[in-house]
Amino acid sequence: MAVSKPRNRSVFAPIIFRGALPTIAFFTALFVSTENAFSHGFAGKRFFPATLSTDDPFVADELSLPTVSSMVTSDEGGTRDTEVSVDIAKRLTPDFGVEAGETFLILRPRGERSVSGFGNVELGAKYEFFENDEHESILSLGLGVEVGGTGNEQVGADAFSTWTPALFFGKGLGDLPQSLSLLRPLAITSLIGVTIPTSASTRTFSISEETGTNEVEVERHPNVLQYGFALEYSFIYLQEQVEDIGLRAPFDHLIPLVEFSFETPLNRGQCGQTTGTINPGVIWSGKYFQVGAEAVIPVNSRTGSDVGFIAQLHFYLDDLFPHTIGRPLLGAK
Amino acid sequence: MNQFRDTCLILMLCGTAVAHAHAHAFVDHAEPPVGHNVKQMPREVRIWFTEPLEPALCSIKVFDVTGKQIDKKDVHADAKNKRLLHVSLLPLAPGVYKVVWQVVSLDTHATKGDFTFQFVR
Repeated sequence: MAVSKPRNRSVFAPIIFRGALPTIAFFTALFVSTENAFSHGFAGKRFFPATLSTDDPFVADELSLPTVSSMVTSDEGGTRDTEVSVDIAKRLTPDFGVEAGETFLILRPRGERSVSGFGNVELGAKYEFFENDEHESILSLGLGVEVGGTGNEQVGADAFSTWTPALFFGKGLGDLPQSLSLLRPLAITSLIGVTIPTSASTRTFSISEETGTNEVEVERHPNVLQYGFALEYSFIYLQEQVEDIGLRAPFDHLIPLVEFSFETPLNRGQCGQTTGTINPGVIWSGKYFQVGAEAVIPVNSRTGSDVGFIAQLHFYLDDLFPHTIGRPLLGAK
Repeated sequence: MNQFRDTCLILMLCGTAVAHAHAHAFVDHAEPPVGHNVKQMPREVRIWFTEPLEPALCSIKVFDVTGKQIDKKDVHADAKNKRLLHVSLLPLAPGVYKVVWQVVSLDTHATKGDFTFQFVR
C-alpha cells in the first residue's frame, strides 16, 4: 500500500467497468459475512479517524471517494500536480484486510501543456498484530505494491513495480492521569516503511537531433525510506470521556490534526535528499462518513514551492452496510 | 445493455444492504454531565447515545474512588427513547465517581468508554 497518500493509487473502478460479471461476483462474495460487527478505527474507547496524508494503522471496511490534492512540485521548474484518487479497503478477517486504489493525475508544468492520466494500480494488505484497549494502542504490518505498467507513463507511471513493507503504530493518550485530563483527547498515529523498486534504473535511448548519435539517459530508482505521523485532538473523546464543555453538532465531532509525511532516498546517488510536507487540518466524523481537509506545506524547496491542499470524503462501509460488505468475510473478534 | 443491467443490479443490492443502516453509538450527552461537578445528589445516571441500542447487551456501572460499585445494577433503556440508558444509584457521599459504559447499537457495533463526575455539597 502507499505509505504516503495520495500518490499513484490503484483503481478499483476500471475493474468494475471492464468486467461486469466478475464485478457482480466480487460484490456477491462480499455479502458472505459473519456475526459480530466490529469496525473501523477503534482501540478500546478511542476512535481514530482515517487520516488523509499518512496511512493509519487500522484494518477496516472503508472507501475514500474521492481524495483530491493539489500542490506545486519542484519538477520541471514547478509543476502543478493535481490528483484525484479512489481507495477501498476490505477486511477479510477482523485483523487482516486488503486494499486497492487508483489515482488520476493532471500535471501542468510551468509554461507547457498539461498531461493527464491514471497512475499505476496500487494494492496492499495489512495485518493488525497487536492491540491494547486499556492503553488505546495498536500495531500493524503492511505490504503494498504499485503494479508497474498499469498506468499512463505520460504522468510518470513506472513500467516496473515497487514494493513497500511498512510498520504502523497508533496510540491514544487516554491513559494519562486525571491531572492531565485535557491532554487525554490527544492521539498519535505513525508509520515507517521502505519503498523498494524492482528496477534499479531505467535507460531511455534516443537520437540526438544535433549530432544524430545515440544517447542514453539513465534514471536511477533508489530505495526510499517513508515515514510520518499524525497528531490529532479529538473533540469526540473530549466530550465523551473527559468533560462536556458544551460543544454541540457539528463541532462536537471535529478532530483537528497535523500530519507530517516524509521520504528519504537511501541509495543510488540520492541518499539523504529528503522531501516532505506538514499538513495541518481538520476532520469531521459523522455516522457513516467523514470529511477532511488539510493544507499541504512543503518542508523544503526540493518538495515544492507553494502551499497546496488535500481534501477527502471517506465512507465507513461497516456502518453503511453492517450486515453485508461492512463485515469481515471470515472469522469474528 | 448488459453493463447497464449489471450496474443497476449492483446498485439495487447496495441499496437493500443499506436500507436499515445504523452506526456506532457515541455518547451525545449525559446526566450528570461528563466531567462536571454536581451539587445535588444524583439518584441515577442517564446517558443519551447517538444511536438506538440493544439494551440486553448494554451496561453502565458506577464506581467510587475505592472501586466499589455504587449503582443498583438495574441498567435499562428508556421506555420512549431507545438511545437513552438509565441506571439507578445508591445514596452517594460527596466525592468523585466513575461511570463505565459499554453498549451495542442495533447494527451490532460495540463501543465503550468511561467518564467521571464529582458530587460536591
